[in-house]
Amino acid sequence: MTSIALSAYRAPELRLPRLLAGVSYYHPTGLAEHEQLYGPLPLPVVSPEQGRTWQQRPERLIEMVERSGLTGRGGAGFPTGRKMRSVAAGQGRAIVIANGAEGEPASCKDRLLLTRVPHLVLDGITLAAYAVGADEAHLVVHGHEADLLASLEEAIAHRGTLGVDPVPIQITGIPARYVSSEASSIIQYLGGGPGKPTFSPPRPHERGLKGRPTLVNNVETLAHLALIARYGDGWFRGIGPPSAPGSTLVTVGGAVARPGVYEIEMGTPLGRVAMLAGGPTERPQALLVGGYFGAWLPAELAWPVPMTHAGLRAVGGAMGAGIVIVLPVSSCPLAETARVVSYLAEETAAQCGPCMFGLPALADAVIELAYAGGWGRAIEAIATLVPLIEKRGACRHPDGATQLVCSALTAFAAHARRHDRQGPCYGVGRAPLLPVPSDGDRDWDWA
Amino acid sequence: MSVSLNGPALWYTTRATGLVTLLLLTASVLLGLLITGRFTSDKWPRFLTVGLHRNLSLLVLAFVVQHVGTTVIDTFVHIPLVSAFIPFTSSYQPFWLSLGAVALDLLIALVATSLIRNRLGLRAWRWLHWAAYVCWPVALAHGLGMGTDRNTMWVFALTIVCAAAVAGAATWRFVAAARAGAR
Amino acid sequence: MRYRLRVNPIACTGHGLCAELLPEIIELDPWGYPILSSSAVPEGLMEHAKRAVDTCPTLALLMEKVPGS
Repeated sequence: MTSIALSAYRAPELRLPRLLAGVSYYHPTGLAEHEQLYGPLPLPVVSPEQGRTWQQRPERLIEMVERSGLTGRGGAGFPTGRKMRSVAAGQGRAIVIANGAEGEPASCKDRLLLTRVPHLVLDGITLAAYAVGADEAHLVVHGHEADLLASLEEAIAHRGTLGVDPVPIQITGIPARYVSSEASSIIQYLGGGPGKPTFSPPRPHERGLKGRPTLVNNVETLAHLALIARYGDGWFRGIGPPSAPGSTLVTVGGAVARPGVYEIEMGTPLGRVAMLAGGPTERPQALLVGGYFGAWLPAELAWPVPMTHAGLRAVGGAMGAGIVIVLPVSSCPLAETARVVSYLAEETAAQCGPCMFGLPALADAVIELAYAGGWGRAIEAIATLVPLIEKRGACRHPDGATQLVCSALTAFAAHARRHDRQGPCYGVGRAPLLPVPSDGDRDWDWA
Repeated sequence: MSVSLNGPALWYTTRATGLVTLLLLTASVLLGLLITGRFTSDKWPRFLTVGLHRNLSLLVLAFVVQHVGTTVIDTFVHIPLVSAFIPFTSSYQPFWLSLGAVALDLLIALVATSLIRNRLGLRAWRWLHWAAYVCWPVALAHGLGMGTDRNTMWVFALTIVCAAAVAGAATWRFVAAARAGAR
Repeated sequence: MRYRLRVNPIACTGHGLCAELLPEIIELDPWGYPILSSSAVPEGLMEHAKRAVDTCPTLALLMEKVPGS
């Protein structure tokens, strides 16, 4: 595996940004620009005369990824090297699936990568396919994003004419439903079934698409892979704490001056992340970290917390897919939570009873607490429902909703008690901050 | 007392076991419809519906064996054993007898696949079990078509009652499912 | 050799026969779906557990060997 001389290209000298180093406001970064900035794709060339074939070196790339400490950037934070190793060791030829279907309404980082620097992601897919010995590679995005699909097809075709990717990358549009972007849903959809989660075991890395070991990675994870393969694991570990190395993309939203996607060092305190996005526009009340599968944290508690999976778990939060939403004091967190839980309740796959019936009941209870409280029974109703819902579905959808609700009742316990006993606060009338897709942006049937 | 192979005793047994088979099969089908129609009642445990459905189906098999047995042994009309399984291999009432063979083949398939349901997997089993909707009417047609007791009032009336019961239960099952699906 | 029970929540459509046949471990939630109070099967209830697994109309109740036992 030839590695790139660090001094040859500008990008590795920069501390930050790394993934976003080549992002231009005006146009997506083309292949030539991409190679000028980062260097060519570091894949050994198949050369029959020299007797080198694909199968000889992939081990080294997996080891490099393991040493780098790269973890999944799709929300779960699983060590990527370990996942690649178990897929490579599975029975049968592996398949690589890049998950670019950003189901979280509040997250835009994957979209940014795919529209602005697609070649980083495509490089990552090719390198992952090489590492696990795959002969099939897929990239999935939401099907209703026609422009995105078109631009990605163009980028892939361009690479195809130059013969860059030994394994052709197939791009597929999946249904615009929240649960469709889950790994097992994607695998079922690519296999010809509906875009709904499946029961595991078997896990995708053992038996996934077509019964073969399947590597499912978020597109950001693969973008990091593209740079690790070029500059090495030492370079990757150059920023961030030793337990959570590297950089990561975060989507900052809510009451901040400059909402958007930012690339930060892992472990950056949440307060600093908010300041990068221009700082709060009003006094902050709380932060929602991790998106709609994440958790609420009161602002004073959250401000110094480092943005890592472990750091957030330690305070009862969750990192998720790197989403930070700042809620000002003029908003009501219960009202915002009620809207989100209603959305999540409509987005069940309707496969498992406890989720299909439990989430709407939970949404009703949270709505009552937020908007129609005063009877003193809403908190109790929620407390009764949560254990009937969590961990009783085939996927993590119900768990995400219950985690969000429980974190709201914990972080805003006094506020919730006031709602329960006296009724809604003034904040419920404020314009909503947490984005929920409109009906037009969602598929209503599963085809 | 000896049972003469020539006399009517075997013939009566054939008709009797045939009728009982039809009644038991009807009961089994009705219970099956209650299961898929998700019938619930405080006074009736649901596992009993499933348990009875399975046990009655096995009982149907037992009575069919007797029904076929007495038919084959009876020397009044020559019907070879193979006609019980393969259609159009008997010279006596070939069409109506063949319906019986078809019903029996389907019954054996239904019972056999249900016994290995765990290994078959749910989707395959369910797809095969739809054959029950063919087995029952074919068995009923076989009984009516053979003609032996068609003119006996109470046998005919019983057959009509079976048909009406299954038609009613099937309507309930499909209407309830449609309403639940539409919800 | 220990066994445990697990429900496949996708296959389960809330018929509720399992709760009738194994009330010691299985209860129904307000929507008719099973809640397992413990996944381990006590020795004395093995027969009942097997019958419950066998009677489930949608094969949603599963009996699995506990790995490592």
